[in-house]
Amino acid sequence: MSAQPALGRPIRGPSALGGEFGRFVHLTRTLAVSDFKLRFFGSALGYFWQLMRPLLLFGVLYLVFTQAIKLGASVKFLPVVLLTSIVLYTFFAESTAQAVTAVVDREQLVRKIQFPRLVIPTTTVVTASFNLGLNFLVILIFALASGVEPHRSWLQVPIILILLMALAFGTATLLSALFVRFRDVKPIWDVLLQVFLYGSPVIYAIETIDSPEAREILMLNPLGALLQQMRHALIDPTAPSAAAVAGGWERLLIPGGILVAVVVVGYWYFNREAPRIAEEL
Amino acid sequence: MAVGTSPEQLPAVVVDNVSKQFRVPRERMHTIKERALNALKPGAGHDTFEALRDVSFSVQPGEFFGIVGRNGSGKSTLLKCMAGIYRVDGGQIYVNGSLSTFIELGVGFNPDLAARDNVVLNAIMLGLSPREARDRFDRVIEFAELEDFVDLKLKNYSSGMHVRLAFSVMIQADADILLIDEVLAVGDASFQQKCFDVFQGLKDAGKTMLFVTHDMGAVQRFCDRALLIESGEVKTIGDPQRVGNQYVELNFGRDIGDQAADEGERYGSQGAQVVEAWFEDEHGQRTTTLPQGKPCAFRARVEFREHMEHPAVAVLIENDRHHPLFAASTDVINNGDTGVYQAGESAVFTVSFENAITPGRIYASPWIVHRRGTELADRRPRMLSALVAGAHVSGGLVDLPHDVALERSGAGAQVHA
Repeated sequence: MSAQPALGRPIRGPSALGGEFGRFVHLTRTLAVSDFKLRFFGSALGYFWQLMRPLLLFGVLYLVFTQAIKLGASVKFLPVVLLTSIVLYTFFAESTAQAVTAVVDREQLVRKIQFPRLVIPTTTVVTASFNLGLNFLVILIFALASGVEPHRSWLQVPIILILLMALAFGTATLLSALFVRFRDVKPIWDVLLQVFLYGSPVIYAIETIDSPEAREILMLNPLGALLQQMRHALIDPTAPSAAAVAGGWERLLIPGGILVAVVVVGYWYFNREAPRIAEEL
Repeated sequence: MAVGTSPEQLPAVVVDNVSKQFRVPRERMHTIKERALNALKPGAGHDTFEALRDVSFSVQPGEFFGIVGRNGSGKSTLLKCMAGIYRVDGGQIYVNGSLSTFIELGVGFNPDLAARDNVVLNAIMLGLSPREARDRFDRVIEFAELEDFVDLKLKNYSSGMHVRLAFSVMIQADADILLIDEVLAVGDASFQQKCFDVFQGLKDAGKTMLFVTHDMGAVQRFCDRALLIESGEVKTIGDPQRVGNQYVELNFGRDIGDQAADEGERYGSQGAQVVEAWFEDEHGQRTTTLPQGKPCAFRARVEFREHMEHPAVAVLIENDRHHPLFAASTDVINNGDTGVYQAGESAVFTVSFENAITPGRIYASPWIVHRRGTELADRRPRMLSALVAGAHVSGGLVDLPHDVALERSGAGAQVHA
């Protein structure tokens, strides 16, 4: 058979996006919605537990910091600050930890259906985002009830959330592709998540760290910078912004650069691996 | 959909010189730690396994095309390459029209979701938009006859209901080109019949279908053409009947191998030897497949190494469970007077029989004795094997010529009539 140029639509094999953006969106949405439904309706108290996890952690920390060691006594709106950063961190931890095994967990699909492979890590981030959205409502109610007043800086909140999702997406993409080849990515990432928990102002307010250099270093971590900025924008405009803690806005170019690098490298690596993922499983 | 096979119309599927290799690591390295340790070790690497080699064919619109081959021959890999699940390493695949793949029924079904959600989920997986999926929902449920169970979680479905649901989603996916892998293997007889009816309907509707199967009956019944693939290469493309026969040959005739190379067990003084043995069909052609109920023959060439008077040659036919089915010897000829042979002479021993053996594998063990049966010259247990092919399985070892009757007896006939 001669290889004429126009024999029809060439089949190029699997890829990250596959040139079918519509299908990518449909599939991601459908999978994320059904995942969410499963968790929501999977048990009678499904959503209750989704909500209780960060709330319980918050309760414990709140008791520890206000009653036992009184570290954050001077921090304005400490409960709201703790709850917010715990919810944001939980979103990041949940979406990335689930993304690690996501491709392998969906082995059945990968080996049996042709679809844009990027759907898989994206779904874990989207599912976690639904959760984040619901938890964020709780934060808003809690903040208003605690006396936080709406402020013009609230306009930054959606931008911060989008950047956080981008960070989670880049990380999720990279991890899900890495795990196919390297199964010890999972324990490694579990440890790194702990590092992020303590290396970002999640369970403490940034002021409790005495050394300004240490504070500046914490702001190099994109997650830390986003959490700090969220506190400044949403809860307390008098609290230092990420730029103030880092020692100048230009210093934020570093976490910003890291964020962009994570997204770019994550997508690049996933795209490179996508054609072979079905064979490597 | 209007379909013609006019020459100016593009083929539905073109597979042009496609090759596919898999990397098979000598040691499975699944962790960074193993990678790091292995980098220091020499010789650790991977082998390349060629799953497909220069496969080319094209399928016309409206054609039903069967892909057959033994396990591991590369037929599923070929289907996955066409489906876009694997990337090919060489060559190119083109399709014209929408394409749907069914490697397995109900991919992505989630047991904890209701049938309604699963149908939509599965349909979107198969390439429909959410709107199309919802529009077809009623038809899917109607075809599967599961109207009363749409809100039941899938885990509470019986396996039969499960298969029905999955199959009807597949049918309603409504693609121009369907790639189907062994889905007929599931389900009971009535479901399979329904599948066949549906395939007939798809055929009438002008859909193009490529299916991978072991079921020669289905290939011969539905396919316009078929492709036989073996070790990643195309063996034959063409008439399903011919491809089916070749497949049976390949499948069963394989380990019989070359007789000359088969030394095997051997007993006796070797004063005479069975040097070659084979089966022949009714036309006198050598074969390794014997049709049930047809005349055939066992033949063996005997060479004499020393002077022999009235040697006896015999053969025992056994089945694969070592049950002796039939034996024949030269004792019946002229009271055992088979003649006198000098060293260097040879003779051909023939047993012709009506093949009454039921389908399955048979083995032939020929032997030669002389000095009135007191000395064994040569015995070659299970020297030769063949396959009895046929559809009639009675449950016995042989089908003796017989008549069957069932007659009502005596007075009872009147009483109960």
